[in-house]
Amino acid sequence: MEIDPLIFRLSIFILSIFVGYYVVWSVTPSLHTPLMSVTNAISSVIIVGAIIAGLSGNSDSVFNTSNIFGFLAIALAAVNIFGGFLVTQRMLAMYKKKKKDKQ
Amino acid sequence: MISANLSAIFYLVSGVLFILALRGLSSPETSRQGNFFGILGMFIAVTVTFLSTGNFSAGFIYVLIFIFLGGSIGAFIAYKIPMTAMPELVAGFHSLVGLSAVFVAISAFLNPEAFNLGTPGNIKLGSLIEMSIGAAVGAVTFSGSVIAFLKLQGIMSGSPITFKGQHPLNAIILISIIVIIYFLCSTQSSNLFWILLVISFLIGFLLIIPIGGADMPVVISMLNSYSGWAAAGIGFTLENTALIITGALVGSSGAILSYIMCKGMNRSFFNVILGGFGATDDTATNSIKEQRPVKSGNADDAAFLMKNASSVIIVPGYGMAVAQAQHALREMVDTLKKNDIKVSYAIHPVAGRMPGHMNVLLAEANVPYDEVFELEEINNDFANADVAFVIGANDVTNPVAKTDPQSPIYGMPVLDVEKCKSVLFVKRSLSPGYAGIDNDLFYKENTLMLFADAKKMTEDITKNL
Repeated sequence: MEIDPLIFRLSIFILSIFVGYYVVWSVTPSLHTPLMSVTNAISSVIIVGAIIAGLSGNSDSVFNTSNIFGFLAIALAAVNIFGGFLVTQRMLAMYKKKKKDKQ
Repeated sequence: MISANLSAIFYLVSGVLFILALRGLSSPETSRQGNFFGILGMFIAVTVTFLSTGNFSAGFIYVLIFIFLGGSIGAFIAYKIPMTAMPELVAGFHSLVGLSAVFVAISAFLNPEAFNLGTPGNIKLGSLIEMSIGAAVGAVTFSGSVIAFLKLQGIMSGSPITFKGQHPLNAIILISIIVIIYFLCSTQSSNLFWILLVISFLIGFLLIIPIGGADMPVVISMLNSYSGWAAAGIGFTLENTALIITGALVGSSGAILSYIMCKGMNRSFFNVILGGFGATDDTATNSIKEQRPVKSGNADDAAFLMKNASSVIIVPGYGMAVAQAQHALREMVDTLKKNDIKVSYAIHPVAGRMPGHMNVLLAEANVPYDEVFELEEINNDFANADVAFVIGANDVTNPVAKTDPQSPIYGMPVLDVEKCKSVLFVKRSLSPGYAGIDNDLFYKENTLMLFADAKKMTEDITKNL
């Protein structure tokens, strides 16, 4: 009997939860805010679905209802991707070690 | 056009890069590299999607236009936003993830052929279930985050909004969501799909309104988690590994942060979610309020105490963020350090309005991160320190949490500030903190209250040093 591909996806999902669990516990508490903004940015990989939706129309009907929702989703996810990664970068650039000469 | 197998491998690569992005955050040195991995992973995922659809017609131009449009707005916000507004920003971003999950689900429901999910009115059962769950969680994330955003921004009052029958109502709505998903799957009716979305928006709204301002760290973390589960739900629908991996990562990340925040308050997750904490306790404690003497001083006294100290521990809280006092504080510390006084910072897990809020503000003010310590790391040092400078924190320093089993915050881990030789407490008035309970620390022999705006007081102290 063949295994349903859903089971494989479910396995990936469950294993990723465990990976996430261990990786996130190792994040230092002082970086919890950047953690939230970067998870925000990466969860916008949902843009992949939005792009498929946006491109689904044929050349005579670029704007049917389904595409429009796709385009809106693309714009929202793009705000998040650019905003999320850039604000994370801006925050991380501020975390500095003690300068030796300053002491 | 590249084959489905090849693009699946690339999606896996971008999933792994996202794992590395989070892994990088284990220390500030590797974190910037981690962020780069995240960007790379996103770039790969988007590029592969374009290549695999192989559609470079008119629609492609529009896709690029919308990416550019959203991207410029996002970049603009990222550069303009002040660090003190970070909790609002994160809540706002969560709402966008939720809404775009909803939009993708709607699009997939209207045009399932584009996603290989069957035909309208005859969508594969498994896909329909995944899609409905993704859409419902996305909708909850959206409306919940909007409320969180409004509360953090101060547009909506931070105090909990409760009404009679709130919990039964929420329970009924949650059950009806499950019932609707069941009927949606058996009838494929588009009306049911829209109803599902509407009541999911409604429940997100109802779940967050009873939760008070200081519980926002839990709420934001929880919504972070939801946005992950929504992405994972859509990932199952689209059979996309990058989305499934990311959804699982973000979902568990948010769940862990919520757990850490709840532990920091010694409250159960359900206790926070059911809400109404601040409001109910206020009345109970106001009646037994008594007048006790406090010692209050001015900037001169504070400067004198600090000048004669050899070590000072600073305890920042939400009040520091409100007063935007982090830069003034750093200047004060610089002056102290010039006088060979050892200074460190003590951060309680729930200080501020989101996890790590204080650390970001201190980093913004150029405080080196190796002078900033977590509760467990520094709590024993208070006994050996000369001065504790509490700026904008309150409940997290209240010794009642250790001594009075009747207190609502009993058992909450607190900073042992009272063990210091002297405590300087910057606060605008004697009013109790968020939990609505009096802070015993105000009345201790060794406490000097400094009644003023945190920023102004800090500047005055610096002048007097």
